[in-house]
Amino acid sequence: MSAAKNININLKIWRQKNAKAKGSMETYKLDNVSTASSFLEMLDQLNEELVNEKKEPVAFDHDCREGICGMCSLYINGRAHGPDTGTTTCQLHMRKFNDGDTIFIEPWRSKAFPVVKDLVVDRSSFDRIQQAGGFVSVNTSGNTIDANATPINKGDADKSFEAAACIGCGACVATCKNGSAMLFVGAKVSQYALLPQGKVEATERVLNMVRQMDEEGFGNCTNTGACEVECPKGISLENIARMNREYLSASLKG
Amino acid sequence: MAKSTMLKSSIAKKVAMALSGLFLMLFLAQHFFINMTSVFSPDTFNSISHFMGNNPLVQYVIQPILIVGVIFHFIMGFTLDLKNRNARPVSYVKFDGAANSSWASRNMIISGSVVLAFLGLHFYDFWFPEMIYKYVDVNALEPTRYFHELAEKFESPVRTGLYCFSFLLLSLHLWHGFNSSFQSVGANNKFTKASHKFGYAFAIVIPFGFIFIALFHHFNH
Ligand code: HEM
Ligand code: SF4
Ligand code: FES
Repeated sequence: MSAAKNININLKIWRQKNAKAKGSMETYKLDNVSTASSFLEMLDQLNEELVNEKKEPVAFDHDCREGICGMCSLYINGRAHGPDTGTTTCQLHMRKFNDGDTIFIEPWRSKAFPVVKDLVVDRSSFDRIQQAGGFVSVNTSGNTIDANATPINKGDADKSFEAAACIGCGACVATCKNGSAMLFVGAKVSQYALLPQGKVEATERVLNMVRQMDEEGFGNCTNTGACEVECPKGISLENIARMNREYLSASLKG
Repeated sequence: MAKSTMLKSSIAKKVAMALSGLFLMLFLAQHFFINMTSVFSPDTFNSISHFMGNNPLVQYVIQPILIVGVIFHFIMGFTLDLKNRNARPVSYVKFDGAANSSWASRNMIISGSVVLAFLGLHFYDFWFPEMIYKYVDVNALEPTRYFHELAEKFESPVRTGLYCFSFLLLSLHLWHGFNSSFQSVGANNKFTKASHKFGYAFAIVIPFGFIFIALFHHFNH
């Protein structure tokens, strides 16, 4: 890897005081950004400068900064989580950019993810979908059975595990031209549908989660496949097809 | 949950869209094979057309289903497109769609609208005159008139050009639509790789076959 160097960049960032305010793109110049820094560190650097100038820093979401929590978001240069595939914004590095570049930074855009402030959006619609059925009911009154005591087909276990890797970041919604949440819901439905523990509540689960998804105002999937490309966890479109099958069979039963 | 809620769900709409699309593709394939005979044998073309035009099952059962299917498909297409636009009230200043999806997949409403406009022209050219000929004026059947009617239409370079252009967009519509419809009905399994290849072939062979037929008649009569 080539040695780190410093670059000067231009930033165009969405600024919006609060949920009700009308926002706009603002331009900033940021000098001496190390290519070894992460994208979020670059924003920290900008915020430090803004604070020194007694200006309001840019609000953006982040938590783990290691690609596992799903908090960081950001639509960077027209793509969810920026130019890399299979990564979150916290895993994106400034070495992906060149001296003199202009970088556009916008919040996730979806009716179901309203902007709270600047680049921060409210993703609680995902929580409500999850609460509608993304769980298994377990009797915890002292007679729980160890999950490993239930034999599970290796293929199903692997697929369930892959689906469970979803971190609920919302990049799939943000990147979808239809603002559809089907990759997220497909993953959450699949994760349980594939396991014996999840089969018990399978019918209500898929019906309730899809109903909640529709109520939140997400768009309708047209299988463009953009979500699969941008998903930091490599969640496959197979999960959407599985959800559709689950939904069809649940509709016939339910 | 109430059945009505389920039928209104996003997934039910998606499946309905896919089923109507699959049905239209079946129709398209049979239309293609019939038209192809006009290149090799005007007599065969005439006799199949005569059969299709006078068979009660085709005329009174399949034809109405087809028309309802087309109308359903495009009304649903426009409805879903509108709903999807509403799902993103504020659009991105910068949106790089090409980075992760095909043009065909992102512009189904455009390719579909061109195909719809084409269907208008096509009905004006063939279907309305045929209906008037048979059911309004009640002319004699003349089982050999079809080939001439066809060949005549492709004399005009403008019409031939419009036909070719529309089929180009149909090709794009199917380039995404064929495989999309299988995914919509939940078919994504070990056959998917093979069916994708078949889908791309279908999206090229059928529309370009129609283009070939139009050009053939344009340059040969
Ligand atoms: C012979 C004519 C047509 C055929 C064979 C056809 C075929 C298809 C197929 C197979 C799909 C995929 C369904 C799915 O993804 O589940 C589709 C989707 C679609 N079609 Fe058509 N179509 C035709 C005409 C039209 C027309 C006239 C319109 C008018 C606007 C239209 C608009 C759409 C739209 C908006 C979609 C949704 C995109 C999607 O869900 O992928 N189509 N079509
Ligand atoms: S499916 Fe992928 S992109 Fe969508 S929320 Fe889960 S991890 Fe994020
Ligand atoms: S901050 Fe946790 S995934 Fe990026």
